[in-house]
Amino acid sequence: MRMKRCLAVLVLLLFAVGMVAGCGQKATDQQTPGAPAGEIVVGLNCELSGGVASYGTNAANGAKLAFEEINAKGGVLGKQIKVLERDSQSKTDEAMNVSADLVSKGIVAQIGPLVSGAVAACTPVMNENKVPLIAPAATAPGATVDEKTGQTFPYIFRACFLDSDQGVRMAQYAYDTLGVKTAAIYGSTSDDYAKGLAKYFKEAFEAKGGKIVAQEGYVSGDKDFKATLTKIKAAQPAFIYVPGYYQEVSILIKQARELGITAPMGGGDGWDSPDMVSVAGAAALNNTYFTNHYSVQDPKPAIANFVKAYQTKYNKTPDSFAALGYDSAYLLAEAIKSANSADPVKVAEALAKTKDFPGITGNMTFNEKHNPVKSIVVIEFKDGKLVSH
Amino acid sequence: MVEFMQQMVNGLSLGAIYALIALGYTMVYGIILLINFAHGDIMMVGAYVGFFSITILGSNVFVALLTSMLACAALGVLIEKIAYKPLRNSTRIAALITAIGTSLFLEYVTIFFLTPEQRVFPAEAFPLLQYEIQGLFISNKDIFIIALAVILMVILQYIVKRTRAGKAMRAVSLDQEAAVLMGISVDKTISFTFALGSALAAAAGVLIGIYYGTINPLMGIIPGLKAFVAAVLGGIGIIPGAMVGGFLMGILETMVSGYGSSMYRDAVAFGVLILILLIKPTGIFGRNDSEKV
Repeated sequence: MRMKRCLAVLVLLLFAVGMVAGCGQKATDQQTPGAPAGEIVVGLNCELSGGVASYGTNAANGAKLAFEEINAKGGVLGKQIKVLERDSQSKTDEAMNVSADLVSKGIVAQIGPLVSGAVAACTPVMNENKVPLIAPAATAPGATVDEKTGQTFPYIFRACFLDSDQGVRMAQYAYDTLGVKTAAIYGSTSDDYAKGLAKYFKEAFEAKGGKIVAQEGYVSGDKDFKATLTKIKAAQPAFIYVPGYYQEVSILIKQARELGITAPMGGGDGWDSPDMVSVAGAAALNNTYFTNHYSVQDPKPAIANFVKAYQTKYNKTPDSFAALGYDSAYLLAEAIKSANSADPVKVAEALAKTKDFPGITGNMTFNEKHNPVKSIVVIEFKDGKLVSH
Repeated sequence: MVEFMQQMVNGLSLGAIYALIALGYTMVYGIILLINFAHGDIMMVGAYVGFFSITILGSNVFVALLTSMLACAALGVLIEKIAYKPLRNSTRIAALITAIGTSLFLEYVTIFFLTPEQRVFPAEAFPLLQYEIQGLFISNKDIFIIALAVILMVILQYIVKRTRAGKAMRAVSLDQEAAVLMGISVDKTISFTFALGSALAAAAGVLIGIYYGTINPLMGIIPGLKAFVAAVLGGIGIIPGAMVGGFLMGILETMVSGYGSSMYRDAVAFGVLILILLIKPTGIFGRNDSEKV
């Protein structure tokens, strides 16, 4: 009995401490009420911890690098940019709470979250408060458009291409550039991303006159693909499309080559990981291609400078998410400049009019659905190195 | 024909792994009638021990295999002492729930200390050699994995049938109380069984690492479940049954993916479990013993 009372007191104490700590945090936050005259406040709402922490952390790093560069050059409209960085913990509901909090701090715009589902959760908050949101990497078609009414959300923008664009681009590349007339699809059936890619690839490839000779699927976590690969080999496709994530794709490609399948293979941005080469091996990856947002090895000066600056600051190679975060930040700065105001409504109007914005991940022009019309890079693995086309 | 032979090779290498894991399930069940759901996770720990002894200690594949088998034998004994022994006289469902808890504990402790990220087994540890025989592709990994599985099973069969410890195992499995009366230490025998079963799981873990190239903290779940089906298919508690069940499962899955549709592979695997339980719950090798009253 006494044990129990002690425990109860302890729990109460912990609770009280938590309350005080919570208040303390609020108090420090309130040192930046609204937007002071001298600075423009931008919110970062990214997945800094939890399941997709690497996406959010890299994008936030990219965005912070961009704002530092902008501030070093004198800021925007003569004002410095102040970044409020918050962690959504890879949780959808937390992303929404963070958005509400950031909006109440008087931000001009929010960058993030990365995952399409979290962006959807923030959308009502942003639209109600009329503050623009730039999603660096939400590739789901419905992220910027109300799927019931077909109307574009006025305050939601994205910096990346859509899943459909990727599938179509690989179909073009396979049919036109590699000159293949038959293809097999062997992709993940566990997620909408890979299923979407497979669907759009199939439609585009068949529309061009190509033939899909086999369509198979695996589930995430699978490690043995040899049975299905043997079956695909018997159908003799000239090309194999493998939409999915690197964990499975790397093993799949290794096993395909072990079974003597020499046909070229292709996939999407889920292939973008250093683990591809270490698992599959450089030799097995020869003659494989994937669509991506940008290539680290692109010799263009803007990209080379970005890669160098990022490496100096964070001591690692920037992936696509870092590049998209960086682009989102510059997109916003450009919009504030052309709106000639830090008023969120005017900035959103300026964002919608973005035309030929030169980003790391390609030139962007927003269409009426707030999707950037931009180039998609096709990257080839050549002896373990990434070569962009 | 070449395609069929290729599928047989694919099925046998997959089946060898299932068989090794299924052996541990079946041995533990044979002795204490417990389905040890932590078995797949012991395999995962074995894979990590093998991985670290290759990458950090720089040992070769065989040393890594031995280290990992020894470490997991100790882990198996420890788990039995801490988690299962205190429950030996309680209901079977209590022990089963504890087994599931142990499984989750192993998975998430590994995630906590080693992150959920996958690790890449160094390819240099086992250089790949390819052989092509009239369109049939076999690698030294296929041969290694099947040969090692068969060798380990022969050794196991020898231990169970020809040694004193094996005799004690069979005695305890047949009738615990009578075994005690004959002067057999039940505790020691159960520990020995857990050690053997866990060592085989560890070998399977290292083989998975070598064969597929990557390991992660949740890698034990699906192979563990499939091996459980294999053990039931062969007849749970019967050692040759687990071997045959394992190889059958591997070949069955391969044939479903190869000649049916890859989408139905898992449905067929678990459908087999349901069918066996409905038609012949004692499995292929099981006898229909009448219950002693």
